[in-house]
Amino acid sequence: MKSYIIKRLLLIVPMLIGISFIMFVIMHLAPGDPASIRYGLNPEVSESARANFAEMYGLDKPVLRQYALWMKRFVSLDFGRSLIDDRPVISKILSRLPATILLQGVSLLVIFCVAVPIGIIGAVKRDSLFDKATTVLVFAGYAMPTFWLALLLILFFGFRLQWFPVSGMAPWYTAYLDGFGRVRDLLWHLALPVAATAFGGLAALSRYSRSSMIEALGENYVLTARAKGLTERRVIMAHVLRNALLPIVTIMGLTLPALISGSFIFETIFAWPGMGRLGYEAIMNYDYPVVMGVGVIATLLTLIGIFLSDVVYALVDPRIRFEARR
Amino acid sequence: MNTRVIFGLFIVIVMAVIAVFAPQVATHDPLAMDLSPEARLQAPSAGHFFGTDNLGRDIFSRMVYGTRISLSVGLIAVFISLVIGVLLGGLSGYYGGWVDNLVMRVVEIMYCFPVFFLIMMVITFLGPNIANVMIVIGLTSWAGLCRLVRAEFLTLRERDFVSSAKVQGVSDMRIILRHILPNAMGPVYVSATLSVGGAILIESALSFLGLGVQIPTPSWGNILTAGKNYIDYAWWLTLFPGLAIFLTVLSFNLIGEGLRERLDPKLKERV
Repeated sequence: MKSYIIKRLLLIVPMLIGISFIMFVIMHLAPGDPASIRYGLNPEVSESARANFAEMYGLDKPVLRQYALWMKRFVSLDFGRSLIDDRPVISKILSRLPATILLQGVSLLVIFCVAVPIGIIGAVKRDSLFDKATTVLVFAGYAMPTFWLALLLILFFGFRLQWFPVSGMAPWYTAYLDGFGRVRDLLWHLALPVAATAFGGLAALSRYSRSSMIEALGENYVLTARAKGLTERRVIMAHVLRNALLPIVTIMGLTLPALISGSFIFETIFAWPGMGRLGYEAIMNYDYPVVMGVGVIATLLTLIGIFLSDVVYALVDPRIRFEARR
Repeated sequence: MNTRVIFGLFIVIVMAVIAVFAPQVATHDPLAMDLSPEARLQAPSAGHFFGTDNLGRDIFSRMVYGTRISLSVGLIAVFISLVIGVLLGGLSGYYGGWVDNLVMRVVEIMYCFPVFFLIMMVITFLGPNIANVMIVIGLTSWAGLCRLVRAEFLTLRERDFVSSAKVQGVSDMRIILRHILPNAMGPVYVSATLSVGGAILIESALSFLGLGVQIPTPSWGNILTAGKNYIDYAWWLTLFPGLAIFLTVLSFNLIGEGLRERLDPKLKERV
């Protein structure tokens, strides 16, 4: 098991290098140089100051050399400073990270708790009304522009019914609430962003758990269990479910890139103070160091998520561990 | 042909007709503004089917022209990803070895990366316009197709007709293009049809964020941007463009699923 984890962990390194290199090259395709974005047309800043700035960031060196320098600083999590407000990129990201992890974590939980039961019931009661209705919903889910769904949620639950707040995470008044009140307010603010974020993942995961259940239902051990005279309930719960749930763990990991991609849109729509919105604003401001930092951290989070789901899979399924050892 | 496929085809054909004959279908000039207070943000009526926006422009006419954007981005982006996916997947599956290794590593990277961020980055830095949107979506969405083509090639290259072509001294390029590729295209068409919807979704999201088609050129996504700004007042700005995106994407998906069932009735289970 240990060797499997180490092996899997080492795979993250080349992925991260590959992705950060692609991003680095793209940044260099961009017109304009960071020095003029930092200082603009400010006449107070002399040519020599600009040259100093360029030298500090190694902008006068070839791209590959610059990338090597960037990589060297990245190892100590130093992404440089923002071109907009001169704050260190890493502290900007860290201050936004908890909001994003909270939103994504709760969304993942909701996806899992809703999609898996839908898939299981759909598989056990195949071609029932429930199964047909959820199949239609899944089709709708695949075609739904989720940012439009977010707007509809705001329109209906935010403005018409006024049930949930339409933006922000923790407004000023939360400072005056006690612990319980704060959590309640936070959940209240989470409702719409989580609904929008989770919806996209629901379709894929419910479909996947349905087909995974159907496959498991056709196995010989199910026949054996039934032949032993076990109740149908026990057959499903103890024999089918266990085997069907295994691959779902991996799929959860694979939904992460889509979730993080969504965070750039949803955090902007709901004014959620997370990393996604930071990234969007940085892109709009041509704030290169922040863009690079957000891209790399977002990738790192995704890779860690996939890694964790792989490890859990290996923990619960001994066959994977065995395969890896060979 | 089941009713779902017919529904999908019907919607796509209607959209295509609207796109081609946009000047005839539109009831107003999509760019004509009317800033008088009574002309702005009008609710849907007989004069303006889908109402007007904050600059007094007719939403129905803007959406009619937006159809051109969505369909052309969807089709051209998928065409680009098709070319790249088939080329790399074919080479990878046919030759194996280091080519396969390299291509598959790149595919893995594409799978683990929040691709939307990459697209946003490239579009901003290269300049947001429709050509860049098509190219960038095409360049970032070929990974799935590539895997598919590779898998097809891996099985097909072992078949007898390929060996016999090799024995006859047919060149590799000719074997790939004339012997293997035509046999591998079935699933590729299915996957490509399904990706058209995906590309339309990405384009509309980009335009919504102000990174796609630039105003005043109308697109379904950038009408929704105005919709967000007036969401507590003008629901029609949000409802209609979103519905158009949803219906179009749904239709392409239904056609794709229909094609899949046609090709392999055993796969009926999978959605």
